[in-house]
Amino acid sequence: MHITEGVAPASVAAAGALLAAGGVVAGLRAMKDEQIPRAAIMASAIFAASLLIRLPLGPSSVHPVLNGLAGLLLGWAAVPVFLVALFLQALLFQFGGITTLGLNTVVMGAPAVLCYYGFNRSLRRCGSARAAFWLGAAAGVTALLFSFLLWAGALVLSGKSLAVIVKLALVPHLAILGVEGAFTGFVSAFLFRVYPRAFEIPRTLGTGTLS
Amino acid sequence: MSCSTHFAGHTIVHRLDPRPRIVATLVFAILVALSRHYPALCAGLAVGALLALLARLPAPPLAKRLLRVNGFMLVLLLLLPVTSPGDPMFTILHLPFSREGVHMATVITLKANAIVLAFTALLGTVELAALGHAFHHLRVPGKLVHLFLFTLRYLDVLHHAYLGLLRAMKARAFRPRMNLHTYRSYGSLMAMLLVRSLERAERVMDAMKCRGFKGRFLTYRHFAFHRRDAVFCLVSTLVLILFVCIEWIPGGGLP
Repeated sequence: MHITEGVAPASVAAAGALLAAGGVVAGLRAMKDEQIPRAAIMASAIFAASLLIRLPLGPSSVHPVLNGLAGLLLGWAAVPVFLVALFLQALLFQFGGITTLGLNTVVMGAPAVLCYYGFNRSLRRCGSARAAFWLGAAAGVTALLFSFLLWAGALVLSGKSLAVIVKLALVPHLAILGVEGAFTGFVSAFLFRVYPRAFEIPRTLGTGTLS
Repeated sequence: MSCSTHFAGHTIVHRLDPRPRIVATLVFAILVALSRHYPALCAGLAVGALLALLARLPAPPLAKRLLRVNGFMLVLLLLLPVTSPGDPMFTILHLPFSREGVHMATVITLKANAIVLAFTALLGTVELAALGHAFHHLRVPGKLVHLFLFTLRYLDVLHHAYLGLLRAMKARAFRPRMNLHTYRSYGSLMAMLLVRSLERAERVMDAMKCRGFKGRFLTYRHFAFHRRDAVFCLVSTLVLILFVCIEWIPGGGLP
């Protein structure tokens, strides 16, 4: 669900870049120096997993997007993490691209932040691994759905005739939604049982510096 | 096996200072994204192709990258002419192919290929750690540079951790199928990877504090600006100005 290089006209790409810049500044400020290794290692884990893990679905397979999980584990820091991961994906594999980097960061990062506000607190307070599974699954589904809507919105803004791409992508994405939800749910339940500290994120939004 | 390698080599492009390459790539990408007419777009594609030739990019990986982009472009080329409203240019099987749709799809394809070629030739050839240091010298916020460098450092480590866990699963006869058991197993694999990563992050942070880390790397790599870099700056500025003339000055800016 990347916006490919060259598809977005300058106005849409610039709007995406501005929004992404705002999110990245907020994310960097929320991240303390001590958290940089943690954020980076999670960035590499999420980057590697989304490249390597192939979840079978019908005759094909899908890769997990994991932006719901990134939001649950990183909060606002998920935005700069996605900027770095998406830059590397563009540089190494040409998924997405340099002019659509901002747009893609917003498409992936904004739902992650939404999931942090929506589900992080209840995950930390929930009583059982079963509840953690359902909260994680809800986060995965919400994040992917929101990402799909942002992606579709960016494409339609780029050109009304691109709406046909959105229509074509709609049905497969409904199936992917289920897989992503189940996967994020299982990861959350496992972390809840084994390493609940993973969900603790210091709340420091707006207080830190950029460098 | 590594999933994070650049296009290594010893060409003139590889020897250039990364800093002007980053700036030139960005300006080029923005200008190409802004342009709408065929002459400028073809010129942009030619510049991209020339850069790819100069950097002697290996053909198979480059073809793979271009296929990845152009697969999507093929879909656009097939769909947009049929779905866009406008004057029919020609009809196939009673489907009118509109002029506007063909134009839009061609413009997007040209733009994408020009930018991808230049981006790969200029930035795909920089060693990744050097890219991080170049970002630092270009005043990218320090935390973002650190995040980038740390991410690079741990990509391969985690790749190996992943392969190890997967091997352990396969030794226990795990075979991926479309069922909840597969999703649960992969979920546990992912979660285990995260647990190990988080513990590693804590150990790394403690080790770094022991060595006096105060939230700031000492940037050990400094770049020297040679005469060839000055030539590159001059040539790329001229090319970019020429590009602006072709696109935005009526009559092509040519006498």
